[in-house]
Amino acid sequence: MPSPESTGRGAITVEHLSPELTRGLYRDMRTARDLDTEAIALQRQGVFPAYVSVRGQEAAQVGGVSALDPARDFVFPTYREMASALAYGVEMVGYMSTHRALWHGGLYDVMESRFGAVNAVVGGPVPHAVGWAIGESLRGGDGVAMAYFGDGASSEGDVHEAMNFAGVFGAPVIFFCQNNQWALSVPNHRQVAGGSIAARAEGYGLPGVLVDGNDVGAVHTATAQAVERAREGGGPTVIEALTYRVEPHSTSDDPGRYRDEAEADRWRRRDPLDLLRAAMIEAGHADEAHLDRVDAEAAARAERIRDGVATAPEPHGSELFTHVFRESTEELSRQRRTWQEEVEL
Amino acid sequence: MTELIERAESAPETETIELSMQQAINRALRTLLAEDPRVLLFGEDVGALGGVFRVSDGLQKEFGDQRVFDTPLAESAIMGMAVGLAMNGWRPVPELQFDGFAYPAIDQIVNQVARMNYRTRGAAPMPITLRLPSFGGIQAPEHHGESLEALFAHTPGLKVVAPSDPGEAYSLLLQSVRSDDPVVYMEPKACYWDRRPVRLSEPTDPIGTSRVVRPGRHATLVAWGAMVHRCLQVAELAAEDGVELEVLDLRWLKPIDAAGLAASVARTKRAVVVHEAPLTAGLGAEVSSLITEQCFRDLAAPVQRVTGFDVPYPAGPLEHQYLPTIDRVLFAVQRTLEY
Repeated sequence: MPSPESTGRGAITVEHLSPELTRGLYRDMRTARDLDTEAIALQRQGVFPAYVSVRGQEAAQVGGVSALDPARDFVFPTYREMASALAYGVEMVGYMSTHRALWHGGLYDVMESRFGAVNAVVGGPVPHAVGWAIGESLRGGDGVAMAYFGDGASSEGDVHEAMNFAGVFGAPVIFFCQNNQWALSVPNHRQVAGGSIAARAEGYGLPGVLVDGNDVGAVHTATAQAVERAREGGGPTVIEALTYRVEPHSTSDDPGRYRDEAEADRWRRRDPLDLLRAAMIEAGHADEAHLDRVDAEAAARAERIRDGVATAPEPHGSELFTHVFRESTEELSRQRRTWQEEVEL
Repeated sequence: MTELIERAESAPETETIELSMQQAINRALRTLLAEDPRVLLFGEDVGALGGVFRVSDGLQKEFGDQRVFDTPLAESAIMGMAVGLAMNGWRPVPELQFDGFAYPAIDQIVNQVARMNYRTRGAAPMPITLRLPSFGGIQAPEHHGESLEALFAHTPGLKVVAPSDPGEAYSLLLQSVRSDDPVVYMEPKACYWDRRPVRLSEPTDPIGTSRVVRPGRHATLVAWGAMVHRCLQVAELAAEDGVELEVLDLRWLKPIDAAGLAASVARTKRAVVVHEAPLTAGLGAEVSSLITEQCFRDLAAPVQRVTGFDVPYPAGPLEHQYLPTIDRVLFAVQRTLEY
């Protein structure tokens, strides 16, 4: 396992995985990396009011969702799951529109995508995943819910309540913690009593797994085992993927005020994409020429998504009123008329 | 088979029986569980016990522990779980045991339940009915006698209703659970054991309509929940002095029946709003404002408010000095008549 003091780059292996799988993982991680870079640029250009980078967490995200089945499972994200969304097949112009602040929660269809709305209350979606999973068991389905949260959210009461509920109901849910070691400016040792989120699983009677979050093969394998167990009625698993937030919390943040960049640099040297690329070549899953081609395709796709989100139309003002209720009220209709007469003009 | 179903459906509409509100709500839940296999009832102690007020008595036995079940004691997770169940095609009817215990779940109710349909642009509707034993009047411990209606009514995306008698409780619950919008269904604890002859019937009025429970011409008393009965007592006493008070049961606290309020007050020209919640920023202010905006020229006096005081809900011996008394409502009636 890497530690925060890790100085070397280390190495990972993908020999236990199929070449098809690792090529897909690489493609998604590379596309997410390029889209992340485009998104930061869009923020600098003033197109996005702010952005939260997933750089360095691509393995934790892509490795996890690649073990799911988008036809029957359901993902409950927070707000830093862009690489997960991309790898899961979410319509990415719609997803990125949240970062352009076109619509809170996202313009993609959460039910069609089976990928919940972007959520800034970081503990909030975790009990949703448990409820969905209990509902899946009641239906007699074999879908699995994936609840994302971070080391910061691990302190939220909702996360603890959700783990307890999941344990009591034996719900098919995976609690996937991306421990990127920073909850905005607060480090792990000021956040996580006992030092381990995975270890908390034991108290709820659940298996807890600590995995190298920068090793995509390890993340994939750990998640696939948890998915299989949940699908077969074996209940929930807590997975803690240890990684690092190499970028600021958001484009509005200033990490120089609270952390030593030398530590971030050590983790930048353990870049999950570089590790995967080297491992694929080592395992004979791909050669440089193939990977260069994938890189070019990824860059082109990221540009297309960027252009799509940058030029997406702003929602019409009338949409303020459209989805408040399924069956709207007279009062809301009256307020809509006021908007028409006094705002829209 | 078809005949059987038709009989089962029409039976409740034809019989007049004596029921308490707690029994009427139980009947409604039974109807709902029977008619729609997506309806799930869950919360603390709702299963084998039948709820602390026995509202779900016998339902787990009848429908099984997959449809009616206990959860661990965590209100936020109960409401969060309801969100996930709704996203998996269920129609959740969670119970939070007492009004004051809704506060730990406010994040899920306000940030998630109320706005999920909005934030997903209609992709993920939340057909959730939160059953919440509410209001005071039973000398309960602390945090067991709160009136949260203003908080819920102020939250975009929620509908809020408070029945005042068993028949109303039955039909309003059917309406709430069948609605595709989230509804906070506030059960007035003080009315739970109040038995009266009722005709269990399908809802007839649309969501957001009030009802006149006693017609009158000198002033309108507006109330909901147990305060409807307080107002009826007042109207009875006032009638002895020749004062005819109209009592309007608002029922729906969001959406509020603005037209119903205007129709009544345009006739009576005077209004008194009565509620248990504290005065400041209470729903009485909204009602008063709706009346004033619509009936300004008709009003013979400013709208009066008789409410709880701006203090934390008091312990047993002081409860009846806190809740609007008959005398306080009569004083307000006198003020509006003599204005």
